[in-house]
Amino acid sequence: MVWRFKKHSVLPGFGLTLGFTVFYLSLIVLLPLTALCLKSTSMGWAVFWETVSHPRVWASCRLTYETAAIAALINAVGGFIVAWCLVRYDFPLKRVFDAMVDLPFALPTAVSGIALTTIYASSGLIGQWFAPWDIKLVYSRWGIIIAMTFIGLPFVVRTLQPALEDLDKENEEAAACLGASRWQTFRFVIWPTIIPALLTGFAMAFARGLGEYGSIVFISGNMPMKTEIASLLIITKLEQHDVAGATSIAVVLLVSSFVLLLSINLLQWWSSERLRGVS
Amino acid sequence: MGFSNQRGSGGRIASPLLEPRWVRWSLTAFSCSFLVLFLVVPLAVVFAEALRKGVGAYWAGITDPTAWSAIKLTLLVVAISVPLNLVFGLAASWAIAKFEFWGKSLLITLIDLPFAVSPVVSGLIFVLLFGLHGWFGAWLDSWGLQVIFAVPGVVLATIFVTFPFVAREVIPLMQEQGTEQEQAALTLGANGWQTFWFVTLPNVRWAVWYGVILCNARAMGEFGAVSVVSGHIRGKTNTIPLHVEILYNEYNFVAAFAVASLLALLALVTLVAKALVERRIHLSSTSLEPTTVES
Repeated sequence: MVWRFKKHSVLPGFGLTLGFTVFYLSLIVLLPLTALCLKSTSMGWAVFWETVSHPRVWASCRLTYETAAIAALINAVGGFIVAWCLVRYDFPLKRVFDAMVDLPFALPTAVSGIALTTIYASSGLIGQWFAPWDIKLVYSRWGIIIAMTFIGLPFVVRTLQPALEDLDKENEEAAACLGASRWQTFRFVIWPTIIPALLTGFAMAFARGLGEYGSIVFISGNMPMKTEIASLLIITKLEQHDVAGATSIAVVLLVSSFVLLLSINLLQWWSSERLRGVS
Repeated sequence: MGFSNQRGSGGRIASPLLEPRWVRWSLTAFSCSFLVLFLVVPLAVVFAEALRKGVGAYWAGITDPTAWSAIKLTLLVVAISVPLNLVFGLAASWAIAKFEFWGKSLLITLIDLPFAVSPVVSGLIFVLLFGLHGWFGAWLDSWGLQVIFAVPGVVLATIFVTFPFVAREVIPLMQEQGTEQEQAALTLGANGWQTFWFVTLPNVRWAVWYGVILCNARAMGEFGAVSVVSGHIRGKTNTIPLHVEILYNEYNFVAAFAVASLLALLALVTLVAKALVERRIHLSSTSLEPTTVES
């Protein structure tokens, strides 16, 4: 059997476009990422472990993971209901709301950061209602969760919407004909079909939360050990010319996002397999 | 959407395909308040805070020379990064969508890679390459060139974070459209460029626009990556988002929100353009293949 790199095609331009693609990709993406990998391996385990096991680093990583998980969970619930309503119901200004879902993508993170801080500060529009109960929404964990929820919302909604739109109405009709209540139809017919999409959205929102920096620095207060997120600590280390320390934390973040990326791809594969089985 | 129409007007019998009215109402109420709370209010606050002390203060914030130089730098960065990523996106989608070759899915994964890298890490990798102690740092220094804490670093970091946008919007659409039309064009005597320019590009132009819009929005608004490499030199390496940060940290809130309102306007324009382009994509994809729609 003859192995060929490329299947025969009459279309021209393969060499030029693929060559340019690979060249540009290597220059912009692969070379810098290789630098990070080589830098981290050349430091050795000892330095890496010393940095990562430092209480301040450990606390910031834990904080980042915990808040990102909580925010992704809020988004999974809230985003699911939003996606459900946008797909299934009609209500005033629905198209406007639908377009607004993308706002966190479009609004620069620094802008959302200062806006959210102003709203949730103890004198702000929403924060003032919590101030009498001594709940500090800003410069606390809550602030980080709020910012991460804002940032992650479109990921859940935009992943779920197509899945909900693709649902086959006939399955629900069949369930209703067989005497299922609406809740049973939801639980046993709709839910199993969309769970992969929901998990994908959750994973994407979680990954985005882990790496988020712009909006959080304004709202979190950046207190070491308390509200200092991992991304901020990278910048702090860089400013102290501790490149090895910054690289170690970056590696932790990078590895987690790759693991998440991998699981998102697996989830999408799983979801397409499932849907193929259904139809 | 189709489900809500199933109920007859004023019908008292609950449709078996629709949730009870109170469930629908409370879910809709929840969604609307969730979206208002998290999206509408922050956007409105930007403009309200910017205009808090009147139009004069707002205008002063925007027309300040340092704000102006930040705007100019941002436009420069966009003018370099968006066209480069556009050309890359078109080349990559041609190679990936029109040909079958070994390692294609790996290539697609690699193109998506910058999305998985957090903004601060994206900045850091360029410091590792071009920083004073980086791979090319000493070499650049001997030539008197500076990348980090200078404009080239800002441009590079922006190119990195906006890298996948065009490619990722165009590849799926081009793949969907196959190669028949291009083969027909070639058979009729068109050359490669003509085929691309007159056959392929018109078919995917809305997806290209869509990618460019997203790429542009991200390029103008990128904060984390740029923040690492820029060095925050006022009037020199500050982009609009970095300028907002400095003003805000100096408690100059009106000016900070005034400059931020420019970015918020950009976001609104992006959303409207996105909605329009999405509709065009939807229209063109339904008109393109009317025969494949089943039941």
